Amino acid sequence: MMFGGIDPTLLIASLMVASVPIMLAAIGELVVEKAGVLNLGVEGMMIMGAVVGFVAAVKTGSPVLGFLGGAAGGACLALVFAFLTQFLLANQVATGLALTLFGLGLSSLIGQSFVGQRPPLTGDVPFGPLADLPVLGRILFQHDSLVYVSILAVAAVWAVLKFTRLGLILRAVGESHEAAHALGYKVRRIRVLAILFGGAMAGLGGAYLSLIRVPQWTDGITAGAGWIALAIVVFASWKPWRVLLGAYLFGGITVLQLNLQAAGAKIPVEYLSMSPYLITILVLVIMSSGRGKAALNAPASLGQNFHAAR
Amino acid sequence: MLTLEKRPSPSVFWSRATPLLAVALTMVAGGLMFAILGKNPLEAIRTIFWDPLFGEFAWYLRGQLLVKAGPLILIAVGLSLGFRAGIWNIGAEGQYIMGAIFGAAVGLAVFPTENRLIYPVMVLAGALGGWIWAMIPAILKTRFNTNEILVSLMLVYVAQTVLAMAATRFLRNPEGAGFPGSRNFSSFPAAANPELIAGSGLHWGGVAALATVVAAYVLLQRHILGFHIKLSGQAPRAARYAGVSPNRLVVLCMGIAGALAGVAGLFEVTGPAGQITIDFNVGYGFTAIIVAFLGRLNPLGILLAGLLMALTYIGGEMASTNLGLPSAAIQAFQGMLLFFLLACDVLTNFRIRFTKRESA
Repeated sequence: MMFGGIDPTLLIASLMVASVPIMLAAIGELVVEKAGVLNLGVEGMMIMGAVVGFVAAVKTGSPVLGFLGGAAGGACLALVFAFLTQFLLANQVATGLALTLFGLGLSSLIGQSFVGQRPPLTGDVPFGPLADLPVLGRILFQHDSLVYVSILAVAAVWAVLKFTRLGLILRAVGESHEAAHALGYKVRRIRVLAILFGGAMAGLGGAYLSLIRVPQWTDGITAGAGWIALAIVVFASWKPWRVLLGAYLFGGITVLQLNLQAAGAKIPVEYLSMSPYLITILVLVIMSSGRGKAALNAPASLGQNFHAAR
Repeated sequence: MLTLEKRPSPSVFWSRATPLLAVALTMVAGGLMFAILGKNPLEAIRTIFWDPLFGEFAWYLRGQLLVKAGPLILIAVGLSLGFRAGIWNIGAEGQYIMGAIFGAAVGLAVFPTENRLIYPVMVLAGALGGWIWAMIPAILKTRFNTNEILVSLMLVYVAQTVLAMAATRFLRNPEGAGFPGSRNFSSFPAAANPELIAGSGLHWGGVAALATVVAAYVLLQRHILGFHIKLSGQAPRAARYAGVSPNRLVVLCMGIAGALAGVAGLFEVTGPAGQITIDFNVGYGFTAIIVAFLGRLNPLGILLAGLLMALTYIGGEMASTNLGLPSAAIQAFQGMLLFFLLACDVLTNFRIRFTKRESA
């Protein structure tokens, strides 16, 4: 089956791959924002994850170590953010921007001698006969493990936030840090852990870019993916499953525009390549204006620093 | 154990001293970074901060300082007004690009006419381009309550694709043998932005930057709008009671920042860069964010911070040619500077006390 030179089965299969980086980064950021912290440094943490993951994978020859390295790289940068905002009470917006600027510079520095190298191949998960199913096999069972990890991560974050005590505490800290503090919860500790988790997820998403999606190291490889992840959290109105939906939507747009380019569509290439950003803006407008619905769902303490008087 | 105690009002001393402290700490940490890269840290720091001012080629490099500082100061002053009022326009890079495209397009449209009015019209077109690009997030924010941080940033990526289109298609030099890039403005005197005094590095962009610093200083100190901006940042509710319309402020602050960034783009593309190319911009829009903070969102501070940041650009280039330091190192260095500044700010707002740990 083909529509205008585009195979829908292949399109769905590849949009699942294309959405992994932003899904991972967005679900991490969702946890951070649920804890009441606005970390705008997703782009920086992602690109650090991309470069550290790439270097780790190339040096060790193991993609698994590469992904772990990527997560560690993102978390390390997030630690800087956590220290500045939680202990030194720096402005969260400015610190997030600093994180991105620093990450872009440092990643290019680290990656300099790795330009043009190929990372070790990451194999697909062997599903045996399932992978040979017509249509479904192609869509669902011929992917690398991170595709499934990203979906599991969304499910896990949803379950933890909804059903566990940990989720309850996390939300309490995000909704009212004063109340949570009065109840004896360690606001700062919980927020630091949430920030580290967000950094690790962003780093993992970045490593996916440099190890599987692209797969090589180039400066500025994230090309705004971190910012799109931030927009997806708004789109999702801070609900985990909507992060999945949002990521697939944006993954779909990205893949579709690439396919249209390859299929020789009559639209100039530049209009196609700016479309993901324009659609992000459009979605932000719709979500923000819908009678303030999305805004109402944002954690109440989002972006405010907490300083315990005692 | 260390505890922080909020100061009743921010310390004026520390607010002045933290930028210097941050620079010193960045030199130490940057030195460490260079040492890890296997370079002599002292030599690297000297190459970046000393040689451009007092070294062998200082006579030439001091001029370059103004060339680099001009756009940074122009953009940072504009951004600082918004930052003061809590309006986060971080898409200056896009506004800078669009200003350059608009202004250059006007100039190229009348090529090769020679007329004294051409350049002023181009400057206005540049301001208009940046202003329009900034109005998109501003109007979306005021009409639909859309987050201006994300929208202004997304528009940077859109502007970059428009720039690619300009360089390869609608502004491409028809005599360029198919290479991307517009006509070079150095061969079009009516639309060029040359040095005003040979060897000084001062072109119209530098003059505009100085004028903007003065204008912003007067605005903040003497004008009711400046007062409203400061009030909205420090006490948003009080500002609302005083009749300050937040929406009007968003449109004004974003507009000023966009127009200034656009003008900076035009001065750059007609002067130092010379032509529209895919990568004529060197990230001034983002570095200006650091400049604005380092200058304490104060016009005079931004003037000094812009010169300092220009120094790191020039010193960084020298370090990359002389010592083989990668040019990206300087971007990491600038990011580090912002980290240290934000970290040191704790001293401005808090007192550090040594207390015994209370037993629970």
